[in-house]
Amino acid sequence: MSIIIDKETKLVVSGLTGREGSFHGLRNQAYGTHLAAGVTPGKGGQDVEGVPVFDSIREAVEQEGANTSMIFVPARFAAPAIDEAIESGVETVIAITEGIPVLDMLVTYWKAKEAGVRLIGPNCPGVLSPGKANVGIIPAQFFDPGKIGVVSKSGTLTYQIGNELKQAGEGNSSIVGIGGDPIIGSDFIDILKLYEADPETELIVMVGEIGGDAEERAAEFIASEVSKPVVAYIAGFTAPPGKQMGHAGAIISGSSGTAQAKKEALEAKGVRVGESPTETARIAVEVLRG
Amino acid sequence: MDLLEYQGKQLFAAHGIPVPSGEVASTVEDAVAAAERIGYPCAIKAQVLIGGRGKAGGIKIAADKDEAEGHAGAILGMDITGPHGEGPFRVDQVWVEGGSDIAAEYYASVILDRGEKKLLAMVSAKGGMDIEAVAAEDPGALVKVHIDPTRPFTAAEARPIVEAAGLAEDVRDDAAEVLAKLAETAQGEDATLIEVNPLIVTADRKVVALDAKVTIDGNALHRHEGLAELDAESIDDPQEAMAREKGLTYVKLDGNVGILANGAGLCMSTLDVVAQAGGAPANFLDAGGGSKAEAIVDALTVITSDEKVSAILFNIFGGITRCDEIAKGIVEASSRLNLGVPLVVRLDGTNSEEGLAILADAGLPNLTQETTMLGAAQKVVELAGAGS
Repeated sequence: MSIIIDKETKLVVSGLTGREGSFHGLRNQAYGTHLAAGVTPGKGGQDVEGVPVFDSIREAVEQEGANTSMIFVPARFAAPAIDEAIESGVETVIAITEGIPVLDMLVTYWKAKEAGVRLIGPNCPGVLSPGKANVGIIPAQFFDPGKIGVVSKSGTLTYQIGNELKQAGEGNSSIVGIGGDPIIGSDFIDILKLYEADPETELIVMVGEIGGDAEERAAEFIASEVSKPVVAYIAGFTAPPGKQMGHAGAIISGSSGTAQAKKEALEAKGVRVGESPTETARIAVEVLRG
Repeated sequence: MDLLEYQGKQLFAAHGIPVPSGEVASTVEDAVAAAERIGYPCAIKAQVLIGGRGKAGGIKIAADKDEAEGHAGAILGMDITGPHGEGPFRVDQVWVEGGSDIAAEYYASVILDRGEKKLLAMVSAKGGMDIEAVAAEDPGALVKVHIDPTRPFTAAEARPIVEAAGLAEDVRDDAAEVLAKLAETAQGEDATLIEVNPLIVTADRKVVALDAKVTIDGNALHRHEGLAELDAESIDDPQEAMAREKGLTYVKLDGNVGILANGAGLCMSTLDVVAQAGGAPANFLDAGGGSKAEAIVDALTVITSDEKVSAILFNIFGGITRCDEIAKGIVEASSRLNLGVPLVVRLDGTNSEEGLAILADAGLPNLTQETTMLGAAQKVVELAGAGS
């Protein structure tokens, strides 16, 4: 098993006719993901390398049975595109787009919640279930199938840790990039829940960073609800307060959201926190192999 | 993007929130002229983006022209460090405003609650002091209500928390009105934080915002032209201004190890491992996904314009970013810029072998290759130390 995406995934890509959307959509297809359709308003009836393009996501759901939507449209148009996906009948929406206004995401977040649709992102690299499906921009060649589930706010940091796991001979059930924005559809807790229930996942690696309190909340959740071992890494110990460190959500506000506070919250609940990506991968392998 | 107090007050005024009138000045002469027009007593307030200005000596009351001149002279040009170590910030502007006759000091705010995914309105009768301390000491003194993101927040909805916070009965309607307008400002201007501390009651029982702390969502500036202009003017650090112009994500720090990595998370992590190795990072620079050679030249231009930098670390894990493009950029930059400092390069991921071959062929004398992130961090710290 794996979580969120697998061989049953039928993907519809909003923005498939764009440069980024076609590059990554077709890359996902080449990996083995079932790319069912693309969507670009006004371009219905066209195709991208043989993949049919529709005017709306709903048409892609009705005609091609799409169950997972990936959003690759520019930031200014992305929130309405996510809203459209939420109302289209797909089960999962994965929003890659960076730069969506946060107050738009507040409205969209609750729409997804009320509709019972799983939203991943925005501002995330997507989800990879090695050997099964890839939806997003994660470079799949650095990951093997295996027993470690990864959930992360960061893309490249995840590639770094995943690659170290691969070099140590371990692989992943799934890799979920939840995104670096202040408001994201799925938080650590949502994904931890899925890994806890996934029989293939034996250990979870959680990669956090400064800003907000999602890591602290996750620590509470791990203590009461997660029986599988969790190993964590937190980035941003040297980040100064009040400065946004690349990701819109990566900012220490006053005295809250520091890496130190997150590390302490996790360690207080028995989660081992690596000092570096390398040490995190090493601890994960050590714990996994008992 | 954070607004200065006077910019926040101008935004409040545009949304019908009562604020004292005043003028902004950047010279002592202008400040005194403003004080003369406004009359005495008047407040002279440092315009910097941090709390705790009063304690740091950045807010003074002038009773006459001589005092106005003395205070403006002392405040303009001073450096203020925030209570959490922010800054120091140089005071380039003061806000001169009419003195307020204060009968009570309250607190009001509307902030983004990331955990609950809603805006949160808060009010307290204990204003004029550090609200985090108030909340820690007496949690009941800070009364909160979440705001439905799909519709306006009304004064009627604000009324119960104003009451529960124990604000004086005769000003509750006005305070509820102000809170509703703060929410309107947040929703209308894409603010993720609006804090008024203190929200005062004047001797003639008017509710007035005496301070304004406002953060606007940088991702929403495209729909607020006036605020976008303020943002463009707001950067005074030369490296940060240059980086902004070149479209790079850069944050200036105060060490001597220049850092370039791809991806925000990996870049933060790189700063951390450099610090663990005993070094002091000079900057955060995320080269982004899919960086091309030209972006690397730009990035090196910005990093090396900081004179403190005595060595530079490239930490690249190529996913979408191709290591051969990064290598070409390094070679290109080395020929175009007089780098003059050692480079430590760690390339891994997509096309790393091609990238490493390009660097080997170029035979750059000041370049060291490392195969791991930790090894690269140790090496750059060693070289930075030797160069300073």
